[in-house]
Amino acid sequence: MALTRAQIESIAQLARLELEPAEIPVYQESLSRIIDLVGELDRADTAGVTPMAHPLPGLRQRLRADEVTEQDRHELYQASAPQVAAGLYLVPKVIE
Amino acid sequence: MVHRNSLTELAAGLRARTFSSVELVRAYLQRIEAAQPALNAFISITAEQALAAAAAADRELAAGRGGPLAGVPIAHKDLFCTAGVRTTCGSRMLDNFVSPYDATVVAKLKAAGAINLGKLNMDEFAMGSSNETSWFGPVRNPWNTDFVPGGSSGGSAAAVAARLVPGATATDTGGSIRQPAALCGITGIKPTYGRVSRYGMIAFASSLDQGGVLTTSAADAALMLREMAGFDPNDSTSVDAPVPDYVAELDAPLAGVRIGLIKEFVDEGLDRENELRIRDAVKVLERLGASLREVSLPNLPRSVPVYYVVAPAECSSNLARYDGVRFGHRCKEPRDLQDLYRRSRGEGFGAEVKRRIMTGTYVLSAGYYDAYYLKAQRVRQLIAADFKRAFGEVDVLVGPTSPTAAFRLGAKTADPITMYLNDIYTIGANLAGLPALSVPCGFVGGLPVGLQVVGPHFAEGRILNVAHHYQLETDWHRQSPERFA
Amino acid sequence: MSHESGWETVIGLEIHAQLATRSKIFSGAATAYGAPPNAQASLIDLGFPGVLPVLNREAVRMAVRFGLAIGARIARQSVFARKNYFYPDLPKGYQISQYELPIVAQGALDVVLDDGSGKRVGITRAHLEEDAGKSLHEGLGAFTGVDLNRAGTPLIEIVSEPDMRSAKEAVAYMKKVHTLVRYLEICDGNMQEGSFRCDANVSVRPKGSDKLGTRAEIKNINSFRYVEKAIQYEVARQIELIESGGKVVQETRLYDPDKGETRSMRTKEEANDYRYFPDPDLLPVALDEAFIEEVRTGLPELPDQKAARFSKDYGLSAYDAGVLTASRELADFYEDVRRAVPLQRGETGATLDVSTSKLTANVVMGDLAAALNRENLDILTVREDRMPPTRLAGLIFRTADQTISGKIAKEVFEAMWAGGESADVIIESKGLRQITDTGAIERAIEEVMAKNPGQLADYRAGKDKLFGFFVGQVMKATQGKANPAQLNELLKKKLPG
Repeated sequence: MALTRAQIESIAQLARLELEPAEIPVYQESLSRIIDLVGELDRADTAGVTPMAHPLPGLRQRLRADEVTEQDRHELYQASAPQVAAGLYLVPKVIE
Repeated sequence: MVHRNSLTELAAGLRARTFSSVELVRAYLQRIEAAQPALNAFISITAEQALAAAAAADRELAAGRGGPLAGVPIAHKDLFCTAGVRTTCGSRMLDNFVSPYDATVVAKLKAAGAINLGKLNMDEFAMGSSNETSWFGPVRNPWNTDFVPGGSSGGSAAAVAARLVPGATATDTGGSIRQPAALCGITGIKPTYGRVSRYGMIAFASSLDQGGVLTTSAADAALMLREMAGFDPNDSTSVDAPVPDYVAELDAPLAGVRIGLIKEFVDEGLDRENELRIRDAVKVLERLGASLREVSLPNLPRSVPVYYVVAPAECSSNLARYDGVRFGHRCKEPRDLQDLYRRSRGEGFGAEVKRRIMTGTYVLSAGYYDAYYLKAQRVRQLIAADFKRAFGEVDVLVGPTSPTAAFRLGAKTADPITMYLNDIYTIGANLAGLPALSVPCGFVGGLPVGLQVVGPHFAEGRILNVAHHYQLETDWHRQSPERFA
Repeated sequence: MSHESGWETVIGLEIHAQLATRSKIFSGAATAYGAPPNAQASLIDLGFPGVLPVLNREAVRMAVRFGLAIGARIARQSVFARKNYFYPDLPKGYQISQYELPIVAQGALDVVLDDGSGKRVGITRAHLEEDAGKSLHEGLGAFTGVDLNRAGTPLIEIVSEPDMRSAKEAVAYMKKVHTLVRYLEICDGNMQEGSFRCDANVSVRPKGSDKLGTRAEIKNINSFRYVEKAIQYEVARQIELIESGGKVVQETRLYDPDKGETRSMRTKEEANDYRYFPDPDLLPVALDEAFIEEVRTGLPELPDQKAARFSKDYGLSAYDAGVLTASRELADFYEDVRRAVPLQRGETGATLDVSTSKLTANVVMGDLAAALNRENLDILTVREDRMPPTRLAGLIFRTADQTISGKIAKEVFEAMWAGGESADVIIESKGLRQITDTGAIERAIEEVMAKNPGQLADYRAGKDKLFGFFVGQVMKATQGKANPAQLNELLKKKLPG
């Protein structure tokens, strides 16, 4: 199934990936082939089969006690942040 | 020639004070530096920290203390977070990332006394089967440096095969421990899903990733895995069950063990020479008392398409946090927020990673979720059921690890699908969460090939036991590349 | 605002309530409000490479409490899902929420409207999710600052059926939910701090139609008043739009309280494909009967139950009971006051005098509420020493036993509120005892009659309205202390002459 250029651009936007215009046909081709490969699954008979979300069935989520176990370590955590001021992470201004 | 020792022998030698940890670390660091231009197995070499830790280990050992791996040098795949040390995942995105914390695996091995010599090269974000997608350049196979070592744990495998470290951590999502083990002529094990903590093990595909080891023997793997494994309250998918002493289980007799040869694995994709090595290996096991039969897992050939829906889907979400805001690569002079995201991620990720993120985004998107993602998870259920049924008839399953021996650098990079098909025999165990390993079982065209052994959930002891007996009977695992002897 | 005839409004509310746990839903960082930027953001909250979520038991318990209180079905197995989108205050690039299998489903709340009528509002589901951080757009020049302290705070998202038919109904429902979560002690309901937020889905349709019109979503309204105004504005906007030939667009809008209007928030992100899928880092949450029973036994008396009990035990009207039980603190205060009033008139503990109960209600809902409002205080602080229940009970007692009149009681209350003394002390020191001596009142009446011959003549000539004048004058002459009932009776006797 061939994906169109527009589809690639829309997927790239959803995933926030800047692609060079020249790259787009390359991704178009490889993604189309991958979708063809996985499209084979269509032929599998999965009537009545539940999707497997976890490889070990029957396991259930552990619940943690409601306790504060973390301290303020923002200086360590922000040591290699791209841009920080007064403890805040900075990004280009967002206009809502 | 300390590097001729196995990990087990080194641990014993250190305890017996035959040599010191500092001596060992110095020796290995020299080998690492010498091999680096040819193999490019390491991304970071932490010489100073290693020597300091070795000195401390020597003091412990002298006082009669120290854990089971006290003073033993190892190295970590650069996907495990190491506090205060660069952790890159082989990616430009994390080129400058110094982790503020240790992964649980790293902490456990440290607690056992192991000394970390550095961070090992890998395919970017663990996506690859040849270690050719790393931002830090490809890793080369020590048996022939024109050839790939396999991936994504190519650095770990090359380092162990060239005896630059006696053991290395690695991860396996679709075969990334077993396949490089086979291509580099060493032993590698991926444990049961949930056996080893994923906390601090940078995520690629959360329901498939598992941490494991690469070493030169099943006995060494048993020792290292025993120290790495165990319940971690920080990982909700970690299983709360005691870790058996895998070392103690190595010697259980093989007689009566039922071995199943996976019928679907002996197909046209399998190189004929490779097939012969596998059959020879199986004959050895029969000689040792195992009984053999052929087992069919009819849904198994669908492993690759299932994997290439599930893994990209999970990774497209797991990698969304790399956005240039709190850590990692940020583009220069972003015009606005969207530009920040798009260019930081566009520049930070390589082509294969971008390809998988886009595939994942597509299969999860509105209108496609049922047809792709849910469908794949249903077929996954069928594959798991095939394995379960098979383990009702046999104790372990065997087959080839990889369709071919190592291939030349660049031979398969043109078409991603060709590369994906390298994982055709390994993916099934990830989908079903089963423990699986690869041991060297011969050569094809001068390059190593591996035998894969798969067990039911939590049967690490059993598959290591089978591998160990095989290694008592053969010496493929003792062979190392001439160049790094 | 009056409805255009022929149109029906359909409203559904989505309420996000922050759960009052000590730590975050998936990490051990603190949830306390007001910490310096990013001081309470752990590696998990920051979405660092390699970290993993572990679920907070108390968040689960609180969600189950809520579900039981609204008579909902508690899912024995629920699943967390990832909602994927990019925004600076969403560090992982996805929010962990619940999608197909929420923890609570199909409940309802009975709401009493202003006119006293009741309405049952269905609650489709309530699920657990994590809150995002905060973006600060002001004061940073060309930048937006991101504070992730709030990221990871547990939320319960409560989704109503589109059962409400007017802004007033919507506000009544929102208030009921607000009261309930505070009763259950699962949320502090502090709207200024953002612990309780409301989105309103509003659409209109021709009366009689059963098809839903296109809805607009008004996001993040943080006061009862704004919810009402926003909905009213939006309904009018939609009706006008349709009547002039336009079509309502399904979109997100913001309410601007300064301009009193809703505005489209339409950005490029509008058509967001969230790509929900079950979070592989978390396992399905399984709740067994023992867990649910434990939560059920721990449920406090709910607002409706308390109001019904107040009507029964104290003889209060449904309206008064409703007002007093709107907050658990106020209800507790009322009861503490009432039960501290010394027994009188043949009361026993079990058979409390209704008029005294009503009097207590009036003082609490009237004088006290006004004082709290004026000085922006809350009952919990005030009952500590500004107005302890026993002190107020003393005032009630002296009013009930006729020591002072109801009018004087107001004066005494203000003096107690200002100075902190007991009712008895103030009554004595200011000489405020009611005059009940018939002779004294008669003498005062006679004096007033003598001083106002003109009005007396007019009254006797038929100007009945002047009765009030004489009441006022005697009250003035007695500093308001004449017993009103006796005064009335005696005036009636003496004025006609």
